Amino acid sequence: MPVTDVAPLDALTDACEAVRRTAPSPGGIADLRRRAFERFAALGIPTTRLERWRFTNIAPIANTAFTLAAPADRAAARVDAAPHALTGAGARLTFINGRYVAGASDLAGLPDGVAVGSLAAALESEAAPARPAVDTHLAAEAAIDGEAFTALNTALLQDGAVVHVPANTVVEQPIQLLFVTTPPDGGAPVMTHPRVLIVAGENAQVRLVESYGGGGESPYLTNAVTEVVAGPAAVVDHYKVVRESLAGYHIAAMHLRLARAASFSSHAVTLGGAIVRNDADATLDGEGVDCTLNGLYLANGRRLIDNHTTIRHASPHCSSHELYKGILDDEARAVFNGKIVVAIDAQKTDAKQTNKALLLSEDAQINTKPELEIFADDVKCTHGATVGQLDEDALFYLRARGLAEGQARSVLIHAFASDLLNRIAVDSIRAQLDDLLLRQLPGAGGGSFEVGGDGLDEQSG
Amino acid sequence: MATETENIEQLTSQDYKYGFVTDVEEDKIAPGLNEDIIRLISSKKQEPEWLLEWRLKAFRFWQTMTPPEWHNVSFPPVDFQDIIYYSAPKQKPKLNSLDEVDPEIKATFDKLGIPLEEQKRMAGVAVDAVFDSVSVGTTFQAKLAELGIIFCSFSEAVRDHPELVRRYLGSVVPSSDNFYAALNSAVFSDGSFAYIPKGVRCPMELSTYFRINAAQTGQFERTLLVADEGATVSYLEGCTAPMRDENQLHAAVVELVALDDATIKYSTVQNWYPGDKDGKGGIYNFVTKRGTAFTNAKITWTQVETGSAITWKYPSCILQGDNSVGEFYSVAVTNNRQQADTGTKMLHLGRNTRSTIVSKGISAGKGQNTYRGLVRIGKKAKGARNFSQCDSLLIGDKCGAHTFPYLEVRNTSSRVEHEASTAKIDEDQIFYCRQRGLSTEDAINMIVNGFCKEVFRELPMEFAVEAQKLLGISLEGSVG
Repeated sequence: MPVTDVAPLDALTDACEAVRRTAPSPGGIADLRRRAFERFAALGIPTTRLERWRFTNIAPIANTAFTLAAPADRAAARVDAAPHALTGAGARLTFINGRYVAGASDLAGLPDGVAVGSLAAALESEAAPARPAVDTHLAAEAAIDGEAFTALNTALLQDGAVVHVPANTVVEQPIQLLFVTTPPDGGAPVMTHPRVLIVAGENAQVRLVESYGGGGESPYLTNAVTEVVAGPAAVVDHYKVVRESLAGYHIAAMHLRLARAASFSSHAVTLGGAIVRNDADATLDGEGVDCTLNGLYLANGRRLIDNHTTIRHASPHCSSHELYKGILDDEARAVFNGKIVVAIDAQKTDAKQTNKALLLSEDAQINTKPELEIFADDVKCTHGATVGQLDEDALFYLRARGLAEGQARSVLIHAFASDLLNRIAVDSIRAQLDDLLLRQLPGAGGGSFEVGGDGLDEQSG
Repeated sequence: MATETENIEQLTSQDYKYGFVTDVEEDKIAPGLNEDIIRLISSKKQEPEWLLEWRLKAFRFWQTMTPPEWHNVSFPPVDFQDIIYYSAPKQKPKLNSLDEVDPEIKATFDKLGIPLEEQKRMAGVAVDAVFDSVSVGTTFQAKLAELGIIFCSFSEAVRDHPELVRRYLGSVVPSSDNFYAALNSAVFSDGSFAYIPKGVRCPMELSTYFRINAAQTGQFERTLLVADEGATVSYLEGCTAPMRDENQLHAAVVELVALDDATIKYSTVQNWYPGDKDGKGGIYNFVTKRGTAFTNAKITWTQVETGSAITWKYPSCILQGDNSVGEFYSVAVTNNRQQADTGTKMLHLGRNTRSTIVSKGISAGKGQNTYRGLVRIGKKAKGARNFSQCDSLLIGDKCGAHTFPYLEVRNTSSRVEHEASTAKIDEDQIFYCRQRGLSTEDAINMIVNGFCKEVFRELPMEFAVEAQKLLGISLEGSVG
């Protein structure tokens, strides 16, 4: 697999030096990169000895010497990106191999004052419309002293997307952020470190679709960090679609700060990737915040999908809702860790978390850990987790009505997943995700699906 | 339920009522821990060579270990060299009957409501009373012996039934299991031992009462309960300690072995001294409890945890045999500055194994209450079933409730469900009770008792009454 003799850590050090030398570094950015690298060097790549990585063995990533992906040429980029784009969205920013490709992007039709652009451009020029948002908010939410991968992303900070919606502005059409990696065939394993910064001012409203995809059969790593800052009463709808190739590794951290009465919802749909780790860390930093984190993941083969969420109720009168559903087949492994922290004065908190996993194969594995940490008394917090398989009675019911076993199973699996997709408010996005899901569901071909286990566990928690 | 005037007075005035000290001459050894101390303990107990070797092996392993830090409680590091590892009331070398027990000690247990004189004892409970490091008396031994049941102090068991002890000691909790279990294995002084022969249903509740009396000592008892094929036994455990300003360590190990078709029900009411309102003093309760259930066997843990400054305890079940059942019912109360990190582990290894977890955590004052649990369904545990429910109740705005459940599922034919909720006592509920003439304190008592009902009904009758009262006392003063 790796064709280079360079040790994995040395490869990362070289990459960091290269970025420090060549990338524009206004203000404190150079210092930030240096501190982030020092931090990363101190933390090292996480191992399963760390509680947060206990069930997520990322040895394949740690043992690979990744080099920074080279920018792709423009014409090829457009072709590569096309299959990963969702139609029906408004503005689109396309990043190939971690670099912004203007030719494959479309920034038309945005309301006045909305700044959407590449991070590289904002770092390069003080006149860039997105520059003020970068100066104020970049790296303010995603602390470098936490996770090693966030520190690494910051150390390699170079390009990404910046979306700034000023106060009282509504962006009607979803903005699409598309990150595609095209590793060279048979070449050295490559990596990208996309950075996304979304700033919504007071009363602003915006919808975003963050998609990650990749092609080829060579391994590559996407290490993304997304920061979202929502002002008072802002409404941010976020959709994340992970369709990395079966050789692709995806590590992502999303950090949110939500001000008074802001409303944030995220739907993360993970369909691809050999190892996928999604971290979401939300701080509810004002009264009346409403935060929804939903997720759907589909894993087969020997893939590993890990979702970690943390919701910090720092203020009173906030509500949060979480629903994560997973479908696991073959020898797939999944991890779900949901944490709700209610701070000492966050009274009247209403937090609900549900995690359900459907195991379709005897060899699939799920590790679930829903955590509650509560320091206030007048709160309503619940979590529920279930692990089970398809209901025999439901299967029998469908078969009694003439469906082949495979079809019946497909119907039930699809129904399990639809529960989550139906919560997506934008019709066009929902329809396209549903389509993708249907194509990927086990037994989608009909009838060939193997039966394993009996009974179901669909009781809600 | 505490609705009468006398109970209200009792509630409002009551502090820890078991905090007295018995003035009895003690046979203590010097504080400190090394191989010589272990040899000394072993020789004081006239133990056979194999047991000393077992202790030393555990001690050598313990020296390589570091205290666990993953728990959600905080306390200054314990100086293990500053603890007295053996303290016994001075007595005649050998007791022939209970009448020879030191009257002071007898009076102590009377005061605690545990009379050692059999005729006065509530019918149907055999008691083994442990005072600091030694067992001072076991009641109803003769009657139990008629059925072949062995119920005695651990030291007696080592002396009289070495083959049983040797066979099962450390079979469930190996001496290398964890830091405190290794420490216990090295220095354990006494405890209870029970063996129920094949097919025998133990006619009375077996009970051990633990009392820490001497200052600066740690209590390290070891309980081993073996239910042979088809046997049934219900076992109760209670504990208290005097009020002292320093923290005392209690690191016990309890091992249960339920052979094929056996049933063990183990109930604990833990009421060690919790420290004062500012968190001064109190017992550090670091306990390892575990049971192995073989084919068709059933183990039930029921615990009411109201005492101790710090509770660190995870009664667990290894469901090894097919169709075995594990149950865990727990009420944990933390008031003032108490901290509890407690829960269970259900390890499903056999087919069609079932487990139920019901945990109720109540936090008041500045108490911190943590539920930490693991449900692991092994690959071969086809058709396994688990249901977990852990609810927390918060009283006051300075306390905390935490839940860390781990669910690990390795096959598809099993079902696992976990539910947790956190809430405070509804003001409407209190208003409703107040309107009907109940004081706020009584209303809260009633609501809390209702919250815990699922667990209390699993307790043997006498214990359930005791537990309800205890709950009221523990929460006293938390309404404000």
